[in-house]
Amino acid sequence: MLVEQIAVFLENKSGRLAEITAVLAENNINIRALSVADTADFGILRLIVDKVEKAKEVLKDNGFTVGKTSVIAVEVDDKTGGLAKVLKSIKNASINVEYMYAFVNKTGENAVLIFRFEKMDEAIETLQKDGFTILTREQICAL
Amino acid sequence: MTVTYWEEEIETLPRVGLESIQLRRLQHLVARVYKTVKPYKRKMDEAGVRPEDIKSLADLSKLPFTVKDDLRDNYPFGLFTVPLDEVVRVHASSGTTGKPTVVGYTAKDITTWSNVMARALCCAGATKGDMIHNAYGYGLFTGGLGAHYGIERLGATAIPVSGGNSKRQITIMKDFGSTVLLSTPSYALNLADAMDSMNVDPKSLSLRVGIFGAEPWSENMREEVERKLNLKATDIYGLSEVMGPGVAQECLLTDRGMHIFEDHFLPEIIDPDTGEVLPPGEKGELVFTTLTKEAFPIIRYRTKDISRLIYDQCECGRTLVRMEKVTGRTDDMLIIRGVNVFPSQVENVLMGIDGVEPHYQIVVDREGNLDTMQVQVEVSEGVFSDEIRILENLSKYIQKEIKDLLGVTCKVKLVEPKTIQRSEGKAQRVIDNRKI
Repeated sequence: MLVEQIAVFLENKSGRLAEITAVLAENNINIRALSVADTADFGILRLIVDKVEKAKEVLKDNGFTVGKTSVIAVEVDDKTGGLAKVLKSIKNASINVEYMYAFVNKTGENAVLIFRFEKMDEAIETLQKDGFTILTREQICAL
Repeated sequence: MTVTYWEEEIETLPRVGLESIQLRRLQHLVARVYKTVKPYKRKMDEAGVRPEDIKSLADLSKLPFTVKDDLRDNYPFGLFTVPLDEVVRVHASSGTTGKPTVVGYTAKDITTWSNVMARALCCAGATKGDMIHNAYGYGLFTGGLGAHYGIERLGATAIPVSGGNSKRQITIMKDFGSTVLLSTPSYALNLADAMDSMNVDPKSLSLRVGIFGAEPWSENMREEVERKLNLKATDIYGLSEVMGPGVAQECLLTDRGMHIFEDHFLPEIIDPDTGEVLPPGEKGELVFTTLTKEAFPIIRYRTKDISRLIYDQCECGRTLVRMEKVTGRTDDMLIIRGVNVFPSQVENVLMGIDGVEPHYQIVVDREGNLDTMQVQVEVSEGVFSDEIRILENLSKYIQKEIKDLLGVTCKVKLVEPKTIQRSEGKAQRVIDNRKI
């Protein structure tokens, strides 16, 4: 149920994002979703890719600090209130969201929400109980 | 300009007379420490020198040096020459391993110190009619209390305002009519900024002279301080291992060197690499022997400060040798806002945090008038997280640990691995961008 996400530490200087994407491109790694969280001094790039281990390895080889974490991908209809419904279910279970980001799939019918929750196992349980569709990495990559 | 002295006879004594006092005191000192302090005796025995070998001032060079490590090895009171019940005060400065170096004073030492500090104040033109604003920190640091006792000895009025709260300081200056300011030079500039923000014209204040020390400062900075505070800026030198403030002071007639109160503190300039004493006038490491201290005398203490001794007769009439403004250090010690910082202390803090790599760099700068210290730390996999909060907590934690150990607030910057330059052999740990 969990999807592996790669996180990369980014110092606040120009060209870093370009370098990372170039490294991934050279190694034929496809990015399915990404988000950048930034502070005044540094940033964290979070990526969902098709080849997790390979991506981690090549980025490390190129001197980046790379971490691997698990996130949850929830598919909702790309319609008004899609996200709100998910968050309501999570709120009712008193679970905190650490961060989230989203993308819309090619057909444009569904949106995929990527979540990192404080309590991951409880979150899965809650979401399943409330009838949400949780995607696997294979499903995301196939989108 | 009339020159006033605190102890005219000794301050203007012909050098022959001064040197005979120095020799007598030196012989007495060496005999005493040889008898009473084991570490001194051991070092002298190892060097094959006995107290009776000191027949002239030149024989001083036969004695072994004392270094900061000797103080640390004998922490806290191992180098004191008197029983603790005769010690009336201790001071301490931060040490590289977390242990401070401790110095002690007998009642007579406090009298001596007050006296040399009164000489320093007098040398800078202060009199008993002055209202002296003492913005050196009070506490374990020798600056505040050392200067304070000198002010009272002089008979002037001491305002023991200590450091910090600049706006209140300006109000006090205005309301009390402070005429002499004692502080670090960088804090003086900070006060100038506070005046500016409060729309206080320095010309409306009564400040006449500033006595600035405890950190290196340039001639450019002197001009800036004089212009912004509308006073005459003078330089003072001192260090806790030798006494505290009042070891040497600039007079009003020269901008070239501070008169060393040589009847108490015997200076030498050595080659820092070979330890050889250098001829008069040459630049090297400043070494001090205390001639009159009771509780914590020190023989040939290597200050690691770079200076030179000027023996030309000064216009002020003092025959006391002058030491040039300290132009650098022989080690990697940094002085940040008056606080001594060794890169190894920062390293110790980082090493104590799980997962933090020993790759760091300290960037020192001067923003406005205040020294800033940034510690760059490489983010290894061990500490990395995909959550901002965790990384921000890490940098706050490092900042707090450094503040706790060193007493200096720094900015912590997390950087990517391998971005801190690794040089061949010794890494460049410090980038000092201050123009001193």
